[in-house]
Amino acid sequence: MSPVLFWFFAFVMLVFGAAVIINRNPIASALSLVVCFMGLSALFMSLDAFFIGIIQVLVYAGAVMVLFLFIIMLLDLRMEERRKINLVAVVGGAGVALAFFIQICFVVGQLSAAQKTFPPLVSPKTDDVHSVGLLLFTNYNLPFQIIGVLVLVATIGVIVLSKRELR
Amino acid sequence: MDYFYLTTSLVKIVALLAVVLGIMNYTVYAERRISALIQDRLGPNRVGPFGLFQPIADAAKFLLKEDFTPGHVNKFYYWLAPCLAMIPAITTLAVVPFGSSLFGVPMVIADINVGVLFVFAIASLGVYGIVIAGWSSNSKYPFLGGVRSSSQMISYELSLGLAVIPVFLLIGQLRLTEVVSYQIEHGWMIAPFVGDWTNLRKWLLAIPMLISFVVFTIAIFAETNRLPFDLPEAETELVGGYHTEYGSMKFGLFFLGEYVAMITGSAIIVTLFLGGWHFPGIPDGSQGWSWGLVNIFVFFSKVAVLLFVFIWVRWTLPRFRYDQLMRLGWVFFFEIALVNIFIAAIILAYFPA
Repeated sequence: MSPVLFWFFAFVMLVFGAAVIINRNPIASALSLVVCFMGLSALFMSLDAFFIGIIQVLVYAGAVMVLFLFIIMLLDLRMEERRKINLVAVVGGAGVALAFFIQICFVVGQLSAAQKTFPPLVSPKTDDVHSVGLLLFTNYNLPFQIIGVLVLVATIGVIVLSKRELR
Repeated sequence: MDYFYLTTSLVKIVALLAVVLGIMNYTVYAERRISALIQDRLGPNRVGPFGLFQPIADAAKFLLKEDFTPGHVNKFYYWLAPCLAMIPAITTLAVVPFGSSLFGVPMVIADINVGVLFVFAIASLGVYGIVIAGWSSNSKYPFLGGVRSSSQMISYELSLGLAVIPVFLLIGQLRLTEVVSYQIEHGWMIAPFVGDWTNLRKWLLAIPMLISFVVFTIAIFAETNRLPFDLPEAETELVGGYHTEYGSMKFGLFFLGEYVAMITGSAIIVTLFLGGWHFPGIPDGSQGWSWGLVNIFVFFSKVAVLLFVFIWVRWTLPRFRYDQLMRLGWVFFFEIALVNIFIAAIILAYFPA
């Protein structure tokens, strides 16, 4: 993929990522996050990771954020839009973010792998779905099964908690 | 960049869009004529011969009406919603192989290796248009319609996703062109009598495929908000549902988006279960460009048959109640699809190719 597209999607991600915290309206924040996810998915695809990219859209943008939006809409958060900006919190948050950014730049600058240019993949049409599936069911079969049980327990827990009678 | 690839892709995109929008307009006309036939009326027959120019009159009416924005809505999202309803439905068509090849150019816009996942991912974004329309209207009925629609779509997406797993268990590929070429070699998924019909494995595999086909088709009905699952816009309860506050072309986009979603859904069903552009006895596009055109015609004919089924069901069946709809999705189709995966897996394990 051409660098132009990389810069475009990176820019989209940054702008909408910032919009998530800057927007006063929670719905607008949630929708900005969706656009941010789309940008992330495009970046994954630029690395030939089509499967991860499409799962990003399918799971996060298509399912998780719809549920988020659903809950936000039902809550009717008008209060949030009228609240005053807490200046101390803004400055503190910006400071922490800046410190973190400088640290990342430092670490990446020291990394030897960051200075190298890697050759492109031999065949860009690798079947990544196949390889991910193969890895999950051979090398990482046990963790995969354990995660399955964990998710099942969580699901049952939610049902038990929500079915409990309130007195 | 490869200029040949770019030009052919552009031509394919424009041509497919033109064909699909044309089919969409005439599906609306067909819907009105067939509903009239079923209800013993005449339907639109004034504009042109047999009313065939009715879509043009409808389009003119949509475009020339006053574009009114109610005062109590959330302006930006109110304008955004109709676009969000239309775009995902059209985008999905990019990965569907709608023909074999024409002058050596494959008749699919983007032949990606995650084909069917792309379809689900983009289709799941269609919820946003409806949810935002319901919310931004700032009004009770649209909001209820939007809430209903989002929960309905999330519920039926599960059955939709699970229903196609047997197909991909069999093929071992997510690429939609591979699905079609497999069906050319081994006969259509739900029609084992096409091709070599003495093969026992094919007849056994047709059982889970048939179940998949039924579950998938019904889930597509729910995803496109068509009767008997049109709860989000149930007129008798919710006035017009999520588009109550919309008029002129903004309503038109919702209305036509539903039809485009129907066409896309039918195209996916045709590709997955009904052999795509293949028809026994018709060679593919490598035998000459006229056969390539015939293949495209076969594909759209199959889509048209399914569209007829969509219309037929709408004017025949009554609507489900909301709790019935949810129970059907979660307790019935979800379990059937899950058991179906096991059936397919067992058959594949005991009857290896």
